[in-house]
Amino acid sequence: MMLAEKQTMDLIYQRPESLSDAITHYCPGCTHGIAHRLVAEVIDEMGLREKTIGVAPVGCSVFAYNYFNTDYVEAAHGRAPAMATGIKRVLPDRTVYTYQGDGDLASIGMAEIMHVAARGENITVIFINNAIYGMTGGQMAPTTLPGMRTTSSPNGRDVELSGYPIRMSEMLATMDGAGYIVRRSLHNPANIRKAKKAIRLAFETQEHGLGFSMVELLSSCPTNWKVTPNEALTFIADHMVPVFPLDDFKVHPAIANLKV
Amino acid sequence: MAKQLLKGNEAFAEAAIRAGCEGFFGYPITPSTEFLEHMAKRMPELGRAFVQAESEVAAINMVYGAVCTGKRAMTASSSPGISLMMEGISYIAGTEVPAVIVNVMRGGPGLGNIAPSQGDYYQMVKGGGHGDYFPIVLAPASVQEAIDQIGLAFDLADKYRSVVHVIVDGNIGQMMEPAELPPMRPLPKDVPEWAVNGAKGRAARSLSSIYIDPKDEEVTNIRLVRRWMEIEKNEVRYTEYFLDDAEIAVIGFGTAGRVASSAINQAREEGIKVGLFRPITLAPFPKKQIEDLSKHVKSILVVEMNSGMMLDDIQSIVQGRVPVEFFGRMGGVTPFPDEILDEIRRVNTNEAVINGQVRAEWLDRLEKLIEEGK
Repeated sequence: MMLAEKQTMDLIYQRPESLSDAITHYCPGCTHGIAHRLVAEVIDEMGLREKTIGVAPVGCSVFAYNYFNTDYVEAAHGRAPAMATGIKRVLPDRTVYTYQGDGDLASIGMAEIMHVAARGENITVIFINNAIYGMTGGQMAPTTLPGMRTTSSPNGRDVELSGYPIRMSEMLATMDGAGYIVRRSLHNPANIRKAKKAIRLAFETQEHGLGFSMVELLSSCPTNWKVTPNEALTFIADHMVPVFPLDDFKVHPAIANLKV
Repeated sequence: MAKQLLKGNEAFAEAAIRAGCEGFFGYPITPSTEFLEHMAKRMPELGRAFVQAESEVAAINMVYGAVCTGKRAMTASSSPGISLMMEGISYIAGTEVPAVIVNVMRGGPGLGNIAPSQGDYYQMVKGGGHGDYFPIVLAPASVQEAIDQIGLAFDLADKYRSVVHVIVDGNIGQMMEPAELPPMRPLPKDVPEWAVNGAKGRAARSLSSIYIDPKDEEVTNIRLVRRWMEIEKNEVRYTEYFLDDAEIAVIGFGTAGRVASSAINQAREEGIKVGLFRPITLAPFPKKQIEDLSKHVKSILVVEMNSGMMLDDIQSIVQGRVPVEFFGRMGGVTPFPDEILDEIRRVNTNEAVINGQVRAEWLDRLEKLIEEGK
């Protein structure tokens, strides 16, 4: 009787094929897991798994290559866009994307990210902006908010001493080589759904050969922000979104009209 | 294919193309720029990848990405640019993927100048980047030799999944001389079993230089050292000139060795029993051959275009069996044959002694030479 009932059940939720079954090292409440899943779902839905090469950064997602069930390489700190360029140029028919945090992309890798966009390199970047260096234990990042306490801005980020947060999406949208640049957030289900659609459109941009694409994802770091996971999500909505507005900064007309 | 009058850097670039290089990533820097310019012209017409990167840091990481797919790829630069690449070179070594890097060396340290030098010996031969790794280092002395060794460099890189440096000084990069290019090799159809190129019909692969557990890193280090010992056994290359009856052995690599051979011709005419030993692989270094040499000659004269970097290696091999003398020019100055001839005459007339003052005495002689306007 029980067996018969089981057989009629539909499987409605499972791990995407593009994710491996490894247990991640991410902290409880961290949104990396959500971002990984969204990327993997999009790769699955677009049927790209067997032609995708990911480029992992240095930072908390340094082990991304263990968590995705696609080919992967692990770059030096900040150099993922350069490595992705090398891969894409010798294998132009593959899908190539980088997965980078704010320290990796907006600090040490600033030159590489700006130039990969300027060249209109046909790759996709998933940019995790959680306003802090997670892996090294909570130091100030280029996207740390004014007044935000970190281990290297213990009294709060003083803009007189250490400047202002960098808005990467706005800056990259000025590049002629960019085809799709948007910022989304992972702080609640509605925004997560919007983030997934943006990731889909970013990969569509690449598959249609429309140039550089990037989705910036506002993300949480409860461990280093020293708050609970729930408080971290509220912090994104209340404090990060006002500094980093959720918007489409550049969308190629062909992508704007795309139905997915 | 017949000999043509070829410019060094352009000929090396063409040699790389004919050896199957499918990706070139570089940044302009004198005296290596013609290499990049030739690639800019030729690679697109062959449907191969060329990118002028935003920096040498980016260039080497583009090479890193390209070689991870199993394709042959390379960069060429000059001393300050190579310094910037050292991060990426260490990652390439740590990931055990093959890469060829050409260094057309110039005077330094710092911004230095654009004149020919061998001052990067330590950086190239001893590793240069962080961590435990051993690059193969080839040091050709002519345009023809460099052409031949660029093909060899790709083969060695693939065979040992190793970083291979081809180091020439600005003279060899900039000079024109008759040389013959090899025929175009067909591109390989097979993809190496480690390459990352999309997991089509197979399990996903990843390439990385990270081994977070020190025990795993140590196992990797052991594998790299064992591979290096294999390279030391198989790949030592050198050339000898008039060494059979020589009482004085001059040892020099690249341009310094080539200039020394002119001096040796003249010294032979004067009846001085002198010959040349020119290492072609600076790593693996011809240790055994130099040790044997030191048992047959009365003295050794090391000639370099640096402050005596290879000298240190030779002294450690010779271990005081015979006196080791030194002559070098630095800062982008190329020695003239007559300067080396004077050194050969000096070593021939005044019996060389071992007094631990080789470098100091050379500096005194060099300063005198400079005072004389040489």
